[in-house]
Amino acid sequence: MTDKEITGGVAREILAYTAVELGKAIHEGKVTAVEAMEAVFKQIERKEAEIHAYVTIDKDTALQKAAQIQKRIEAGELQGSLAGVPVAIKDNLCTEGMRTTCSSRILENFVPTFSAEAVSRLEEAGAVIVGKTNMDEFAMGSTTETSAFGVTKNPWNTAHVPGGSSGGSAAAVAAEECFFALGSDTGGSIRQPAAYCGVVGMKPTYGTVSRYGLVAYGSSLDQIGPLAKDVTDCATVLEIIAAHDAKDSTSMKREDVDFTSALVEDVKGLRIGIPRDYFGEGLDTEVKSAVLAAAKVLEQAGAVVEEFDLSLVEYAIPTYYTIAAAEASSNLERFDGIKYGYRTADFNGLHDMYKKTRSEGFGAEVKRRIMLGSFVLSSGYYDAYYLKALRVKALIKQAFDAAFARYDVILGPVAPTTAPGLGESLADPLKMYLGDIYTISANLAGLPGISLPCGKDGRGLPIGLQLLGDCFQEKKLIQCAYTYEKKRGPFGLSV
Amino acid sequence: MAHVIDDETIEYVGILAKLELSEEEREQAKKDMGSMLDYIDKLGELDTTDIEPMSHVFPVQNVFREDVVTSGDMREQMLANAPQEKDGMFVVPKTFEG
Repeated sequence: MTDKEITGGVAREILAYTAVELGKAIHEGKVTAVEAMEAVFKQIERKEAEIHAYVTIDKDTALQKAAQIQKRIEAGELQGSLAGVPVAIKDNLCTEGMRTTCSSRILENFVPTFSAEAVSRLEEAGAVIVGKTNMDEFAMGSTTETSAFGVTKNPWNTAHVPGGSSGGSAAAVAAEECFFALGSDTGGSIRQPAAYCGVVGMKPTYGTVSRYGLVAYGSSLDQIGPLAKDVTDCATVLEIIAAHDAKDSTSMKREDVDFTSALVEDVKGLRIGIPRDYFGEGLDTEVKSAVLAAAKVLEQAGAVVEEFDLSLVEYAIPTYYTIAAAEASSNLERFDGIKYGYRTADFNGLHDMYKKTRSEGFGAEVKRRIMLGSFVLSSGYYDAYYLKALRVKALIKQAFDAAFARYDVILGPVAPTTAPGLGESLADPLKMYLGDIYTISANLAGLPGISLPCGKDGRGLPIGLQLLGDCFQEKKLIQCAYTYEKKRGPFGLSV
Repeated sequence: MAHVIDDETIEYVGILAKLELSEEEREQAKKDMGSMLDYIDKLGELDTTDIEPMSHVFPVQNVFREDVVTSGDMREQMLANAPQEKDGMFVVPKTFEG
């Protein structure tokens, strides 16, 4: 089949594989890495004009690399489960020699001289990069609409957003324009778009995946994780990218990163807590009933399900936005028009150049957060805002510690609604921030969280189920999610 | 208490943030920052006396390594990203008069 043109039918058959199934088919010689990549590009030709999941695609390089990987697989040099599998990378992860923009004008022409550690680990395992996915500018947003390079559309219904900030990655998986993707999650940016696009997304415990080469937004909150077709793919990808890295001083030394060992269908005796605070005002009724139905499924499978009061939920958003904005204002100081990125054309001296470059290079949401961050860190306000938020963060962490003394897993919705329509969210930033209420606490407390589909609303848009675990307890999450997925049966993608 | 951000404050924030705002952006920024601060004030409802600020969730401190060069010489590739370069160096606007 190698030299023949891939027909629509064969491409279709290949695209239907999960990442792990494709890897297996490649090892068995049923499909080659090149055929898999060609199938992806065929799908991109069909879908991308409508979806716009990618900012940058390099077809020639992708096909060349796929051919090299195929040779190495045939030579027995690459035996991993993702060898030859096409992957999409969020555009805030550096890729050596491939443009990395963070969906911002200020980095429009930036070509990194190195790759992010997570990307390098995937490439060493034989995964092949399709391209870089669209996102909210510098990961600041919940809809992928703050991108400087156009909006991404939800593959289930193109009048709706894919979520964000990893909206391009989620849409690319859902539209079969890749087999899996990497995203980053600072306040829900993997889990929420995964929910809106009907795919599985996971944010690991802080420090599990090296942040080396991830363009920083809120450094104490950022984590890289997978977006994938199912829980098995998710665990498999995480197992490859999770490792201690001396290049990231917040990277943790962990022994228990054999995540695929938790792909076991069994929740007998698993203690699941449902926070009543997550089911109050503001939660869409269809989302609520789908999530509670999922809890029922797990209960019937032997889990012990109980409601409880988590407390402090309403304080998570103001805490988060104070800390994230503060860290962003500091992290984004580096974009000054000197060493890389955009520089304004006309200026009068150094400071004028800085100000004009940044004002022209950054979009409205990024400027809004940089200004808020600069304010809460400024003398006279630092104690009242920034330190106060760090103290409340400690209280939120304590609330989760108390919850995890009683429960293995906390179950709830990912977002209060399904995907909003295009253009509905940006008019009122505060309202958009409120949509992050169920996801941001995990970032504040460093917890792992997984989002997987648990139903559809009346318009056919996917609903996400979120499972949160205590720090370093990814395996419990994976086992619980895997069991639910088996009981639920196939969810299907948007195509 | 509703926050009213005055011109002086937004001017000061603009200096800290190294941003130059248009008149329109400035008015919007005053409004947005005011409403965000009103919202953040909610944290004041909580008593945090004797609670240590938590900057990092794990007790990781002072991670040291030997100061050894591990990356190669990427000067050309790095300079290729510069908005302006000359003779292997970054060109910056004049910072003082000589």
